[in-house]
Amino acid sequence: MSPLLDVRNLRVTFATDGGPVTAVHDVSFAVQPGEVLAIVGESGSGKSVSLLSVLGLVDRRRTTVEGQATFRGEPLLGLPERALRRIRGRDIALISQDPMTALTPVHRIGAQIAEQIRAHERVGRSKARDRAVALLRDVNIPMPERAVDRYPHELSGGMRQRAVIAMALSCNPALLVADEPTTALDTTVQAQVLDLLRRLSAEHGSSVVLITHDMGVVAEMATRVAVMYAGRIVETGTVAEVFDDPWHPYTWGLLDSIPPLTGPRPRRLPSIAGMPPPPGRTEPGCPFAPRCRAAMPVCLRPPPEQVAGGHRALCVLDAPARAALRPPRVAA
Amino acid sequence: MSLPSEPVLAPAAEVAGSGPSRPAEGRGPWRTAVRRLRRNRSAMVSLAVLLAVAALTLLAPAYAGWLGIDPFRSNLAGTTVIDGQSVPVMEPSTTGLGLGVTPIGPTWDLGGYLLGADNQGRDVAARLLYGGRNSLLIAGSATALCLVLATLVGLVAGYMGGIVDMVLSRILDVLWAFPVYLLAISLSIVLLTSAFTIGPVTITAGSLLLPIGIIGVIYVPYVARPIRARVLTLRQSEFVLAAIGLGLPTGRILRKDVLPNLLPTLIVFVPILLALAITTESALSYLSIGVQPPDASWGTIIQDGQTLLYSRPWVALAPGLAIVVTVLALNVLGDAVRDALDARGHGR
Amino acid sequence: MLATIAARLGQMAFVMFGISVLVFLIFFATPGSDPAARIAGRNASPETVEQIRHDFGFDRALPVQYAVMMKRLFVTRDLTSFVNRGQKVIPEVLDAIPATLSLVGGAAVLWVLGSLAVGVAAAALRDTVVDRGLMILTLIGISAPVFWLGEVMNLLSQSRYHDTWLFSWVPGLGYVPLSESVGGWFKALVIPWITLAVLYIGIYGRVLRANLIEAYSEDYIRTARAKGLSPARIMLRHALRTSLLPFVTMFGLDFGALVGGAALLTEVVFGLNGVGRLTFHALQNLDLPVILATVIYASFFVVAANAVVDMLYAVIDPRVRA
Repeated sequence: MSPLLDVRNLRVTFATDGGPVTAVHDVSFAVQPGEVLAIVGESGSGKSVSLLSVLGLVDRRRTTVEGQATFRGEPLLGLPERALRRIRGRDIALISQDPMTALTPVHRIGAQIAEQIRAHERVGRSKARDRAVALLRDVNIPMPERAVDRYPHELSGGMRQRAVIAMALSCNPALLVADEPTTALDTTVQAQVLDLLRRLSAEHGSSVVLITHDMGVVAEMATRVAVMYAGRIVETGTVAEVFDDPWHPYTWGLLDSIPPLTGPRPRRLPSIAGMPPPPGRTEPGCPFAPRCRAAMPVCLRPPPEQVAGGHRALCVLDAPARAALRPPRVAA
Repeated sequence: MSLPSEPVLAPAAEVAGSGPSRPAEGRGPWRTAVRRLRRNRSAMVSLAVLLAVAALTLLAPAYAGWLGIDPFRSNLAGTTVIDGQSVPVMEPSTTGLGLGVTPIGPTWDLGGYLLGADNQGRDVAARLLYGGRNSLLIAGSATALCLVLATLVGLVAGYMGGIVDMVLSRILDVLWAFPVYLLAISLSIVLLTSAFTIGPVTITAGSLLLPIGIIGVIYVPYVARPIRARVLTLRQSEFVLAAIGLGLPTGRILRKDVLPNLLPTLIVFVPILLALAITTESALSYLSIGVQPPDASWGTIIQDGQTLLYSRPWVALAPGLAIVVTVLALNVLGDAVRDALDARGHGR
Repeated sequence: MLATIAARLGQMAFVMFGISVLVFLIFFATPGSDPAARIAGRNASPETVEQIRHDFGFDRALPVQYAVMMKRLFVTRDLTSFVNRGQKVIPEVLDAIPATLSLVGGAAVLWVLGSLAVGVAAAALRDTVVDRGLMILTLIGISAPVFWLGEVMNLLSQSRYHDTWLFSWVPGLGYVPLSESVGGWFKALVIPWITLAVLYIGIYGRVLRANLIEAYSEDYIRTARAKGLSPARIMLRHALRTSLLPFVTMFGLDFGALVGGAALLTEVVFGLNGVGRLTFHALQNLDLPVILATVIYASFFVVAANAVVDMLYAVIDPRVRA
């Protein structure tokens, strides 16, 4: 099965006051039809930038994007803006992080949803409005006929995010890119929104790229996961593979820092000491080495890739070395 | 009139996200601002232009001395040398009815009457330099006065709050509701008719202190309101609340905690106020209620040039151009200063 | 709702009262000012001055004088000028309004359209030659003193290039009432319109550009781009729409101030007998009744403009309506 979205060797460089800064180094990932790929990492790891660059949503004048990306077999990077506009919103839709600021404050939400529909399909005003109402109903917004005429600031954060999801799904996109869709929401609302996302993407048959820093969200929603650190993908595989048998020490750290649901309450949550390198760091070698508890002198050189089927990791540790440091967990 | 905002976008922020991922950089905020400013080419050019203008005007007495003239004395019967020939400064008119005299036009000769003569036969170029001295002096002093007063008012109103704040704010509102130029004109006209004393200081009608004082005062609401807003915010900031909680004396808090944080706001106002002051002073002088004869300023020279506008336009054009160049440079510099100081605070 | 309107009106009245007091004090109570001596003129005998002082009631207490003047201005409406004896003040002000309105209204149309074009073009073509060129032009526009610019325009249109096709149609300086001749009215105002508009296009164009650029960095613009909307639509319906608020508030305040007489320099340079010029002549002659009337008129407009702008806020920005 050929992937829906296939990104290879993506490299994104920003021009800044202090010189060019490479935010994304040689990143490759693929999204199959019908799957949910989670891209997980800390702030600044380059996860949002990767997807935004592929969609051409970064500042073209200050950003250089290199590599290849294809969508449904057709090239995406380097596509003229006009062609990209047809794809955006219709075939690939974006759900961004902060619902507070994602919607234009001076237009009603119904109008904003209808605007997207009418930008891609020949639909009349009232029909577009009807569809907007139906979409709002799908996302469980109460009294959608009234909500349609509301302004964004009149809705709560959770409602707003649902409206954003409704808007994103309005043209039945094949791919949904959700950039930290629940980060700005209360925890109680987060679960609801995630449920919604999962249900709707299945119903519409859309694949999802879920960008998050929360491993819990990954476990709940995703079929496959890619772990990013310092602008590189350091581990990728199915959720079962990565959670049960993580290969990269950074992934270990991420998993270990999740508070356990059962067992004695730890006095201190384990955390990864140190901080990620600033973007634009150009030293060769593994970027995680300064913080890695398994670091060795050989880590000063670019790390090789460990591969077993779909499970990959950018690390010098092979299976025996890993087993010595951290025995794999049996699926619970 | 409002303070336009022009934020700076730093794409590095898109990459880095928020705080903890970037290790601390050890550069002081002032030095970063200065560095940004130095790298801004148009700002540096503007600064050079301003310094050149200031230098030229300071050389006014030297130039007049070199020419051997007194640019404030009427010179109707004088002569000058053009192309080796002695020519009267006021020549018979060739325009209109051919009656009367017209001053000579620009000789484009630095040695005398570079820009021609005015109605009194005086050397316009020399007067331009002297006028510039007054214009810049008034603008600078008025700016300083305005900043001092506005800071006082803003500090008191913002820090004390309550009734004091309400009263001061109402006064500022009333003052600012008056179209600024009308207020300036009213005050100028009234105060010009006679001398008056404030305490030990006697200000005579022709004194430069008058426009300085008037311009300094009328722009106080413009500056005091943002200062007050900033003080209000600072008053709630943690370090000020901590200082108050420690029981430190108000004066010390104001001096050491509040005032230094007001500096960026004040600095941004300097070029803006200078530009406003130059423009306001020139308008007042043009209307003959600013700088009074025998003193000159760029505005008075424009007024001098009004009757000669169609025959000897350079008398009015030159001071106007001087104002345009100076104010332009101030505006460019002002934008650059604001960018340099803004970005350091927010790093967007 | 009614309470806020009442409070607002109260505030307006207070400000206008404050301004009238301020003006009164400036002209009557500044040390060294003697209105009677001014009216009598130089070289008047002390008896004449004393007579005038009595006639005009200057020998009464200040608050009484203020009250009398206010009464004559608003209640009996028969306040007359000190300088042009017998000339009623209020009709004089009313007569001057059409000229000011014509000047400011026409210039406003020009500057709104101009600054919209400049702001949108500069923001859309950011950092290109067009943008830099427009910014330099706007900088020059705000750096040139308006009265000097007017003089330069006069120089070009009345004298130097008057004989060319470009300016041969420009009539002499002065205002031609609309009722007299529409063509004449228009032709006499074109150059003043341009002069006044240049300054404001400079200011507003730059502010709009800055606001648009700031809007473009907002999340909702990225959402709009992700929706696949055309750049024109994004600029006009999303960026411009949200940047309108500061634009409109500034416009309201400036327009109010200009109608109130802040355009006096332009009126003086072009010989237009509007309120601004009337105010200036009154100030020059220290004709206090006229000054009081024009200043109160001016402050009324400024204050009213403030109130209108606040109300417009609610219309334009739905976030405020709550």
